[in-house]
Amino acid sequence: MNGSTIIFYLLAALTLICGILSVSTRQIFRAAIYLLFSLIGIAGIYFWLDYQFIAAVQIVVYVGGIVVLIIFSIFLTQQAGDKLSKQKIGRKIFSALAVFCGFALTMLQVYQHSFYPSSDIHVSPTVANIGNRMLSVKEGGYALPFELVSILLLAALIGCIVIAMRSKPETT
Amino acid sequence: MTEPGLYQILFISAALFFIGVYGFLTRRNLITMLMSVELILNSVNLNFIAFNKYLWPGRMDGLFFAVFIVAIAAAEAAVAIAIIINLYRSHKSIDVKNAEELKY
Repeated sequence: MNGSTIIFYLLAALTLICGILSVSTRQIFRAAIYLLFSLIGIAGIYFWLDYQFIAAVQIVVYVGGIVVLIIFSIFLTQQAGDKLSKQKIGRKIFSALAVFCGFALTMLQVYQHSFYPSSDIHVSPTVANIGNRMLSVKEGGYALPFELVSILLLAALIGCIVIAMRSKPETT
Repeated sequence: MTEPGLYQILFISAALFFIGVYGFLTRRNLITMLMSVELILNSVNLNFIAFNKYLWPGRMDGLFFAVFIVAIAAAEAAVAIAIIINLYRSHKSIDVKNAEELKY
């Protein structure tokens, strides 16, 4: 029982408790804030695993981007102080039952399976290594998916503008 | 408490995935459903990173999958919120109960 173990379990508890609160609270703004803390917990787990780059990406994109976008859309579409409508108790019970059965089945499979780590030399995921791999066109490089994602982002950007554009009233 | 390893991270990831599924099944508001989808995507990312670290430390494929999933999730969230705002303009509500023109 050392400090690293304690930190891992604290991060795990933060992530899971905030996740549960985020899907069960009836105030939508609080749901967004709990989601924020859950995502920060996941970023902490990435830091704990020594994957600094993906942790930074997680904080920048999710915490700084997506959650802010969600909060903005809550402000635009909800009246202040409104609570979400109550769900039928039957639906809640059946969803919880289905989710619990799925979770139990998954964990049963995971614990019965034994994983064998490969014996490759450890490559540390530093930013320099990631950058070299991402822009390499040789075997094992990721230049093509990188370009495809950039096209996808451009398409999403234009699509968002077109969808959210208010159609101009006819002036003639 | 045992030393955390692959199994503990897989436990967190599976739990987070099913929390997201529960939210997706019980919520009827589009923004909260989108939040549940974000939780599901994050659990998948956590899985990729854990497998990369513990099973294939000599490669970085899991890390790249996670990076690309983050980029696609950001695009997906932006498009979804544009659609939600457009729906709010035409229906004055973002409840899935009220958007059922295509149902029958």
